[in-house]
Amino acid sequence: MNRSGEALIRVENLTAAYGDEVVLQDVSLEVYAGEVFAILGGSGCGKSTLLRHMVGLHEPAAGRVLIGGRDICRADDAQRRRILRSIGVTYQSGALFGSMTLLENVRFPLEELTELPHEAVDTIAMTKLRLVGLAEYAESPPAEVSGGMQKRAAIARAMALDPEILCMDEPSSGLDPVTSAELDQLILELARALSVTFVVVSHELASIYTIADRVAMLDKQARTIIATGTPQELREHSEDERVRRFLERNV
Amino acid sequence: MSRAREQTASASVEAEQGSDGAFRLVLSGRLDAHTTAGAWREALRLLEGAAPGRAVVDASRVDYCDGAGIALLRELRRRQDARGGELVIEGLAEESRSSLERFEDAELDPARYRRTVRHGPVERAGRAAVAVLQDGRQQVEFVGELMVAMGGALARPRRLRWKDVFALIEQVGANALPVVGLVGFLMGLVMAFEAAIILQQFGVEIFVAKFIGLSLIRELGPLVTAIVLAGRSGSSFAAELGTMQVNDEISALRTMGLEPVRVLVVSRVLAAVAMMPPLTVFFDLAGLLGGAFVAFSLGIPLVTYTNQALASVDLSDVLGALVKALVLGLLVAAAGCLRGLQTERSASGVGRATTRAVVSGIILIAVASGVFAVVYYYLGI
Repeated sequence: MNRSGEALIRVENLTAAYGDEVVLQDVSLEVYAGEVFAILGGSGCGKSTLLRHMVGLHEPAAGRVLIGGRDICRADDAQRRRILRSIGVTYQSGALFGSMTLLENVRFPLEELTELPHEAVDTIAMTKLRLVGLAEYAESPPAEVSGGMQKRAAIARAMALDPEILCMDEPSSGLDPVTSAELDQLILELARALSVTFVVVSHELASIYTIADRVAMLDKQARTIIATGTPQELREHSEDERVRRFLERNV
Repeated sequence: MSRAREQTASASVEAEQGSDGAFRLVLSGRLDAHTTAGAWREALRLLEGAAPGRAVVDASRVDYCDGAGIALLRELRRRQDARGGELVIEGLAEESRSSLERFEDAELDPARYRRTVRHGPVERAGRAAVAVLQDGRQQVEFVGELMVAMGGALARPRRLRWKDVFALIEQVGANALPVVGLVGFLMGLVMAFEAAIILQQFGVEIFVAKFIGLSLIRELGPLVTAIVLAGRSGSSFAAELGTMQVNDEISALRTMGLEPVRVLVVSRVLAAVAMMPPLTVFFDLAGLLGGAFVAFSLGIPLVTYTNQALASVDLSDVLGALVKALVLGLLVAAAGCLRGLQTERSASGVGRATTRAVVSGIILIAVASGVFAVVYYYLGI
């Protein structure tokens, strides 16, 4: 993890709104290359909204999101495509294509976005599935594997193009503690072995303490980040009652 | 960016003879998912062309190598192995080497994990026959469940969710008026025009009114309105129930001890049955209006046209058509709901259910219309 250089992701004074309802106000944060950065907070505080703005799915009402120094919303089409290719995203539901097998799901971005020949696409897709421990389910459709496997397959698909940044929305939600712990290990291994930068949205504290290098905590009432730091720093030294109460829960 | 990604960078491949006489493949530049495609073809062409017993891949000039580059190295190694040759990779960065050595090539062969069993034609035919029989059985079960649920609803109408029924009546009936009216008007117009061309030759264009009145009210009214209902509401029922199936909403109902047929299907069938006769009447009126335009242009007074059109049918024709409309409405709504409840748990499953709902609806409309024609013939209607 290198925090001396330029931030890989920089969110500057972001305000997010759905119609007239402001969900996030004046949010700023920085994510550095190679770190696992977690966004946490209670339900409905805008974690997923922030992530969706970071990957360019929504345009901020005010402020901007810079990926590698480029504003994702104001980039021209070619630049935007280049930025998006450096980001992999997994969603709460897995969002796998139900009509395709797991292998076809991972093959899909490689077939659509590169000129790689068939054998290369197969080898890369199988490597990703093997990496998440799903090679033997390559020919299974998503409906025939468990929720945890679907999430792992979604990670394999998000990694198909070897993105620099992997954004994950609630990767542990709906998983049993053992599967959740396995997923945490997978994230750590990928961060170490492939130097992928992770942005993880979660409210699973056990997960956060295992994987996160730094966290930003959102608050529903404040509609902004109320604390940033390592999970241990925040839990032990934060002077904000809301932060300590949240981080001490269930630990 | 951390890995100094420059999208303008490219990969290149060159073949050279090493000082020891070995074939050397020199890879340089950036090997990622976008740049490797060109290098892939060139590297394999050079290797296959030289077909060396021993080949050395020099990767010391590779700036960046991700999954795609590793895949290229695997492929080169696999091809050399297949030929019985040897491949040595030199100068590869340590992290890339560990990625390359992480898995055996055999572990990454999709064929190894393929579980698709190929069936012979006889077995396929047998499986298709079983599927048809199972579908038939489900249809019979569904009809039984629906009859019981409809009976229950009639016996205890207060248990019906009338709010849902009225919302569905609006959706199936009122919202369908524009399309039903437009189709009816245009059909009446076109039919009258086509008939008038022939009838004019015999000087009996007055029969345009009788032709339109008889064909629309007796046959085409219920038939076309039912087809519009199948395309509009039958498909909508299937998509709605199919999505509920995918989202586990149907399972939730079952685990609450509620029968989906009673809660979801009865209201839809009732709405369709209640709305088919008025929609058919509306279709007939729109068709007669379309015919009237043509008749008026032929110089037939509107009063004469109306009298002739109404004289062509009697009360039994109208009642017969309305009964037919009622039954067709029942069949179309039931088919839509059944296909929705049979949906497989995927987005494509919802699409297939919608298609099947419309196809089943139209087949049922055609079969039922034939049965009605025979029955009405023997009843003298």
